[in-house]
Amino acid sequence: MTLPFLLEIGAEEIPDWMIEPALKNLSELFNTVLVEHKLGGAVTGMDATPRRLVLHAEGLAGKQEDSIELVTGPAKSAPPKAVEGFAKKSGVAADQLVLATSERGEYWTLSRKVSGRATLDVLASALPQIVGKIYFPKTMYWTGKGGARFIRPIRWIVALLGPDVVPFEFAAVKSGNTTNGHRILGNKNLPVTIANHREELRKNFVVLSAAERRAMIEKALDERVESDEALVNTLVYLTEYPTPIRGAFDPKYLTLPREILSTVMRHHQRYFSVTNDKGGLAPEFIAVMNTSADPDGLVRMGNERVLRARFNDARFFWDVDQKKKLEDRVEDLKHVTFQAKLGSYFEKTERVIVIARNIAQILEAKVPATERAARLCKTDLTTDMVKEFTDLQGIVGGLYARAQGEWEEVAQAIYDHYRPLNMDGPLPSTLEGLALSIADKIDTLEQCFAIGMAPTGSKDPFALRRAAQGVVRMIVERKLPLPLDHLVPKNTPLEAFLLDRIRYYFKDIRAFQYDEVNAVLASGSDDLVDIDSRLTALAEVRPTENFEPLAASFKRIQNILRQANYSAGGTFDPNLLEPGPEADLYAEFTRVREAVNAYRSKHDYKSALEAIASLRPKVDLFFDKVLVNAPDETIRQNRLTLLNSLLTEFSAIADFSEIVTTH
Amino acid sequence: MDSFQQTLFKLKNYWSERGCIIQEPYDVEVGAGTMCPETFLRVVGPKPYSVAYVQPSRRPADGRYGENPNRLYKHQQLQVILKPSPNDVIDQYLGSLEAIGIDLRKHDIKFEEDNWESPTLGAWGIGWQVMLDGMEITQFTYFQQCGGVDLDLVPAEITYGLERIVAFLQGKESVYDIEWTKSVSYADVRFADELQFSVYNFELADVATLWKLFDLHEGECQRLLDLYKSYEPRNRFPVLPSYDQVLKCSNLFNLLDSRGAISVTERVGVIARVRKLAVGVAQAWMNQQGAAA
Repeated sequence: MTLPFLLEIGAEEIPDWMIEPALKNLSELFNTVLVEHKLGGAVTGMDATPRRLVLHAEGLAGKQEDSIELVTGPAKSAPPKAVEGFAKKSGVAADQLVLATSERGEYWTLSRKVSGRATLDVLASALPQIVGKIYFPKTMYWTGKGGARFIRPIRWIVALLGPDVVPFEFAAVKSGNTTNGHRILGNKNLPVTIANHREELRKNFVVLSAAERRAMIEKALDERVESDEALVNTLVYLTEYPTPIRGAFDPKYLTLPREILSTVMRHHQRYFSVTNDKGGLAPEFIAVMNTSADPDGLVRMGNERVLRARFNDARFFWDVDQKKKLEDRVEDLKHVTFQAKLGSYFEKTERVIVIARNIAQILEAKVPATERAARLCKTDLTTDMVKEFTDLQGIVGGLYARAQGEWEEVAQAIYDHYRPLNMDGPLPSTLEGLALSIADKIDTLEQCFAIGMAPTGSKDPFALRRAAQGVVRMIVERKLPLPLDHLVPKNTPLEAFLLDRIRYYFKDIRAFQYDEVNAVLASGSDDLVDIDSRLTALAEVRPTENFEPLAASFKRIQNILRQANYSAGGTFDPNLLEPGPEADLYAEFTRVREAVNAYRSKHDYKSALEAIASLRPKVDLFFDKVLVNAPDETIRQNRLTLLNSLLTEFSAIADFSEIVTTH
Repeated sequence: MDSFQQTLFKLKNYWSERGCIIQEPYDVEVGAGTMCPETFLRVVGPKPYSVAYVQPSRRPADGRYGENPNRLYKHQQLQVILKPSPNDVIDQYLGSLEAIGIDLRKHDIKFEEDNWESPTLGAWGIGWQVMLDGMEITQFTYFQQCGGVDLDLVPAEITYGLERIVAFLQGKESVYDIEWTKSVSYADVRFADELQFSVYNFELADVATLWKLFDLHEGECQRLLDLYKSYEPRNRFPVLPSYDQVLKCSNLFNLLDSRGAISVTERVGVIARVRKLAVGVAQAWMNQQGAAA
């Protein structure tokens, strides 16, 4: 007969974002104990609310199996006294020892039966350690200096093995069989069994299952509600009994920009925003309470009142901010630190203007508009609106620029210039915005590298990886004719860093094979758009039958040239060609070269690669029938030169020798 | 409907009944109740201590000339310190809300992660902002370290934002409409204060004078700290008056900042000057407490 097990750690409110990782960790720690102590069974489920972490396990044995323990004594050759001494020390007669053979020889050995410990006892000693080991990003102590640490104070512990309490203590809290319901609506000190735990909690307004709480929230989210998965996740772990309510606000606030209204509702108040039929914002919101009902509408009114105050604040900030134009705030940037060693945002602005101008010229963006946007782009850091809603930096600047009659290109470029915020986030929508965003990021990269603040390991305080990735994404996905060597100097740590990000982008984001990325980058890495086209073509042609064998042949050619210490520059004499496979290869080479060049000039890399792959039969035949290392030195050199031409001519799209083949 | 002061009386009574000393506000300008010696210095050391007091808190840069319905240059905090924190501290706190007339069964209460940290003083704590129907009404912090040293007893600090709570209880849209007492509004009591200090803090404060005052208070604090090592007996040494000088410097820094008088390069340096004093006082205090224990 096996036993079920239940553990509930009751704590004060745990931060929502730490709960799922903690559950995973707790489950692993507990399973490890089950295996290590041979208790049988396994974790069957995990649950949590802000106030409790719960583990369910089943199939535990009542006790460990008895086992035989072998204790090695003296060697066979030891004097009898030593053997007797060992027996005496072990509490047995010498004739109970047996000889056992090990790798090192024969030894007198005691074979002893060890009774298995009761599972209850094993868990009672293991559980305090498990609880103490659960990983949280930041922990606290509360019982006094040197006391136990956890994410928040633990107030109760339920630990049941079948019908019995597993007795232990953690941070002066004794385990037992009583839990606590919802803070306001539930009872305290509720006795529970493994069988009725979930139901008792439900009766006391705690919905233990996160999935069920999610469903309770999502039932209020119809198609007019703006979806926000992160917000749903947060609310699932901020509540024990979630109940959505609908609130409204005065439509007069809809004159404020949608971005601001949305940020206030979603980020500051954790409300869902609601759209109208035309896709604009409706003057409504959905809040999620941590209680069962709002019979008198007090919660709705309270939330509406808070939102009104927030919107009033935002409108106040807007009005006050308009009293000083962005243009008049440029000087104020001298008082805003970019980075202690790198000076102020005013200095950054001056650098970004120069970089953005150059990029705008190359991209054929409107240069005066780009420069103007660069000049104003950081000024919103001095506005009350951005001081209050920091995640709206850039966006506020763009909105203000538009309101203050700047050119539309200027407003849009400022609005977009922090984009992309992540790997999937939207890119700037105009050329001017792209130029400004790239210039801003390149400046940050250059400056941070100049003072030795390159990211190391997991440390990247200035989010330089994200900045570099953003630059790569913008150039590739907006197909910008912006060579890398225009942005960063060659052979610098920064160039190496960017190349690393380029590799990462094509490999991990675009899912190209690593050898394809290596092959393409080996043939030139300056033009990212071209890299993209070449990679795409390569990935398409790679599965065709001739490709990999040809790649293998190219590698062979490279080896032959290396072994022959071949140095380029020899002249090729067609008259030295042997009729048959050699002459045929040359003829084919000439024909394919012409075709490939034509395709390449049209950037039709796929056709070019297919043409190259079509060389395969002639190359195979050549290696089959022709001896490269011909006895005649002149012939040998001529053949090496032919092979070298083949290699160099056809490596401009991708270096085939980088392709890892199965042959 | 309770007036502003009735609500205050109820909260003070509630905590008085639970063993707190009821203190009056500290009489040196502070930016938050946490800065008062009753909190900042009392949390250090092995002696249990529970106290509650209202602390007017000055934040010059938050002034809005009395025009913004929710922002104030000076607002009132009710500061409660329970050292060590009792096991039922949250229940006690929720009881205080019931005591001022909030029927929790009809409202929505959430505890959202919000930690407190003053890296310059090596002080930090862990806790929440308490949300009532979507409004932040309280900061709740378990202090952990001061001066980079673990505290002997972990105190709970409960800071109520009084204007918000009373505006909520009275259903007022603007803090200025709060009824302070019968037929006297918050505006009657405080509007002139908000307007005039905004004018002074943003426009008229004399920068040169503020700098001179800063230097004087800094000098006095440093002079005292330099005497500490050789002073006998330790328990007579004026650490508390030294701390007053730190508070003066801190307030002057805030004023200079709101006046826009501190440049980027200066800023870091000035913060470091205040920190040096605060750390010196905190260390002397811990040393003095240790000697007394």
